[in-house]
Amino acid sequence: MGKKTPFYDCHLRAGGKIVDFGGWDMPLNYGSQIEEHHTVRQDAGMFDVSHMTIVEVTGAEAKAYLQCLLANDVDKLKTKGKALYSGMLNQDGGVIDDLIVYYLSDNHYRVVVNASTREKDLDWMALQARPFQVAVAENNDYAMIAVQGPNAIAKANQAMSEAQQSAVEGLGVFSAVDCEQFFIARTGYTGEDGYEIMLPSTQAEPFWNSLLEAGVIPCGLGARDTLRLEAGMNLYGNDMDETVSPLEANMGWTIAWEPQDRAFIGRQALTTEKESGVTSKLVGLVLQGKGVIRAHMKVVVEGVGEGETTSGTMSPTLKQSIGLARVPKATGDSVMLEIRGKLVPARVVKPCFVRKGEALV
Amino acid sequence: MSNVPSDLKYIASHEWVREEDDGTVTIGITDHAQELLGDVVYVELPELESEVAVDDEIAVVESVKAASDIFAPISGTIIAVNEALEDAPETVNSSAYDDGWMFKMKPAELAELDNLLDSEAYLAEINE
Repeated sequence: MGKKTPFYDCHLRAGGKIVDFGGWDMPLNYGSQIEEHHTVRQDAGMFDVSHMTIVEVTGAEAKAYLQCLLANDVDKLKTKGKALYSGMLNQDGGVIDDLIVYYLSDNHYRVVVNASTREKDLDWMALQARPFQVAVAENNDYAMIAVQGPNAIAKANQAMSEAQQSAVEGLGVFSAVDCEQFFIARTGYTGEDGYEIMLPSTQAEPFWNSLLEAGVIPCGLGARDTLRLEAGMNLYGNDMDETVSPLEANMGWTIAWEPQDRAFIGRQALTTEKESGVTSKLVGLVLQGKGVIRAHMKVVVEGVGEGETTSGTMSPTLKQSIGLARVPKATGDSVMLEIRGKLVPARVVKPCFVRKGEALV
Repeated sequence: MSNVPSDLKYIASHEWVREEDDGTVTIGITDHAQELLGDVVYVELPELESEVAVDDEIAVVESVKAASDIFAPISGTIIAVNEALEDAPETVNSSAYDDGWMFKMKPAELAELDNLLDSEAYLAEINE
């Protein structure tokens, strides 16, 4: 028996197939994962993401602490509710986790980290907090739900109170607003528009029911994975981990090198890596032959070397198999994949396959 | 509750076998198997005319979740494959026992058919 989110009974009522996910009882799908995927590309779907970990960073040195802790620079956050994606690195430049940090005030930031990395993240964050006047505390009061798809915002708004509806009016991408105990962010993990909403656990069920009434379809972890992969978004533990630097994980854009005197954890290692030359990169693959790309397949790059797939699936939108792979830096625009002993050609693309319902490859 | 027709034979790895009137057999995966797999996205069929031995891995079904091997339930020759599955693999989910059949074989030894499970034995197997 795993941990249950405040939406657990909703999943059962909706016919969710419950599986263990990092100690949580979560819905894999509610029937067909592929239909749920299409719903998010074409209409509006909702995902229970309450298993993710919310951490409140408060205190006079909250900003200085996060400027040391994160590879991206929270100094970029100037307006209340603005969000930033960042890696949290170790001293060797390896990715401990990827996360989103929201600016609430100079002495209050809200950080959302992965569920699977909760304990090590909290330990690391507490350890690094020691020299700072800062409190780092997990917030367990919230349920969290992602509503995603071209119609997600319109439908989710129908489920909100009047005050909340006016609060989200004109809400920018990667921004959040606090209203009547709901923390509503225009973020997501699907490549579609939508919200990720934190709300009091006690209001989880009624809000879920209002979303159902507004025509939002429940979607499980299965669709969440194919959607994020089509969107070219990394999955922690698959596409990067502590042994991989952000420079090898298509996360170079999340490293804030300026100002040069900001001594964030991992900076020295990344600088050394850059100077000596980054040896590998994370690319997108589109399979040209038959089969399905899965994680941990061997990638053969003729005349260059070898790599490995880190994620793979059959893309429901493209109806072709796609994947992510870590390959030698010199890899060109085609590779061979070893699928059950046979070499199958694949095209190398920028790791972003589908955005806002449109195929990009 | 999974559908397990009583007129078919089975093996424990979730393939079904139908004995046809002309002495050939048709093979697919069970309703229980398609349910476990989830949405099927790709089927790799065996080679036509190939000779296979019982328990050989001769085909692959890939779902959104994972790839799983299909085993030859008996020895013999592959005499037909369901090419329609190449374009519509989801047929395995929607019609596991009919349109979702995978291949037909000419048995090498009819006696091998006696080693297959009947519906009751297969049901007992999946309810363990």
